[in-house]
Amino acid sequence: MAVLVIAEHDNASLKDATNKVVTAAKAMSGDVDVLVAGSNAGAAAAEAAKIEGVRKVLHADAAALAKQMAEPLEALITPLMSNYDAVLFPASTTGKNAAPRVAAKLDTMQVTGVIGVEGPDTFVRPIYAGNALITVKDEQPKKVLTVQPTAFKAAATGGSAAVETVATPGGAYKSAFVSEEMAKSDRPELTGAKRVVSGGRALGSSEEFNKVLEPLADKLGAAVGASRAAVDAGYAPNDYQVGQTGKVVAPELYVAVGISGAIQHLAGMKDSKVIVAINKDEEAPIFQVADYGLVADYKTAVPELMDELSKAGL
Amino acid sequence: MKVLVPVKRVLDYNLKVRVKPDGSGVDLSNLKMSMNPFCEIAVEEAVRMKEGGGGHAKDAATEVVAVSIGPDQAQETLRNALAIGADRGILVKADGEVEPLAVAKLLKAVIEAEKPDLVILGKQAIDDDNNATGQMLAALLGWPQATFASKIVLGAGKATVTREVDGGLQTIDVELPAIITTDLRLNEPRYASLPNIMKAKKKPIDVKTPADLEVDTTPRLKVLKTAEPPKRQGGVKVKTAAELVGKLKEAGVI
Repeated sequence: MAVLVIAEHDNASLKDATNKVVTAAKAMSGDVDVLVAGSNAGAAAAEAAKIEGVRKVLHADAAALAKQMAEPLEALITPLMSNYDAVLFPASTTGKNAAPRVAAKLDTMQVTGVIGVEGPDTFVRPIYAGNALITVKDEQPKKVLTVQPTAFKAAATGGSAAVETVATPGGAYKSAFVSEEMAKSDRPELTGAKRVVSGGRALGSSEEFNKVLEPLADKLGAAVGASRAAVDAGYAPNDYQVGQTGKVVAPELYVAVGISGAIQHLAGMKDSKVIVAINKDEEAPIFQVADYGLVADYKTAVPELMDELSKAGL
Repeated sequence: MKVLVPVKRVLDYNLKVRVKPDGSGVDLSNLKMSMNPFCEIAVEEAVRMKEGGGGHAKDAATEVVAVSIGPDQAQETLRNALAIGADRGILVKADGEVEPLAVAKLLKAVIEAEKPDLVILGKQAIDDDNNATGQMLAALLGWPQATFASKIVLGAGKATVTREVDGGLQTIDVELPAIITTDLRLNEPRYASLPNIMKAKKKPIDVKTPADLEVDTTPRLKVLKTAEPPKRQGGVKVKTAAELVGKLKEAGVI
């Protein structure tokens, strides 16, 4: 079977999520191609060609694809599917937005948020915020999957696949990009970060959230995340949200500060390698998943942790 | 402008689901069911378009129609939408699992009869976590879509929608008719007042079947088994920050 992977990129560079979805695709088939759809995205396409095990890279370049909106992506991908048996999207907001649109056009029910590939047509995915895992068999002639990148190891680089230009269908679309406000930060991106420092409602205000977490994140070279409770309370922006309805992260180190550990938060971080919890409530559910728990008020514990990290040379 | 809002009956979001010991599914018996939280946000936004709240002009929406696909008990979910302020309900009576693709086909049939100018749905249901119905419906209708909305501004023949995307916010224009799916921060749904709950009992609910709408709802995906996720073992409690840093060094993560 032939599998098409939709690359995650920002035109200038390829995101690591692409390499992870390629790993999922290779568990289904040896014939894996990658589509880089963007505008002036030649650099991202060249990077995709270096992923090991990729047969070829399809590169579609058009102004309409600059923001990878659902309508033009669907118009591009659906006709390409005459050459493929399955298409895999990363479970990013771009992938989640476009995949079902392609699936419906192919009269396919998509398999969402795949965390395990057991064969070419058998997949594992979470339901109920990860409180249950279902194994599904998909015997539809055209398969559409969104893949949770954090569940797969990134495919190595070192390959040299050919890059083939594919034409972008012209056409008028009924949606148009107006503007965007992207968070500017020197910190690593939350979903791909090796370390994450995350705060909860206990922090009490947006000022306190930033004052406590940012220095710790800077010291650790970590991304900053938040629980839904902290986001709902307005202490942190929505794109910080880790959990069922936010982002799924799996860093090497996850430090939860003042987070109680609601089910919906755990769904977004329980695959982290090492979890540290700092909470003054000894009974907080977060301690049930934490490798190292410190029962303490964050107000004293975080400054002490900063000191100790400095002593340790960070 | 007529607004249609599909709503789903799901396990109450405060409850934790249990996997049946034989792995045949999840056990929902005797558990409280409620409207999916993202659907509540969708109903609230549509009603604000009618009432003139949330930055919308009064009567921006002239009629709000709630639609649910599910068993008889989904009528309760529709009553809930009517209590928030929807004008009437349509139940497409379907027992058992109906996948998003089939839901989208049923909704398409309802929409072709109702001809709304705008359809607002929750971005995902908290039971199957698919995040697919709105996008599929947009594809089947050939309408534009604005998913994960945190702000909606209605204009002449269009809506300007701010979307929650990875890394920040994106604003797009969609021509009407359009599909919009809601994210958490679009609004905070009200609690229905007792008089409105009473009033809702008198509002009409029309009942249809998938056969009436000529849609086959047979699931496409076969669920082989349902399992508990692997349990993560809690580790140790440390007494001091110094001890914590020692442990993190041992673990090789700093």
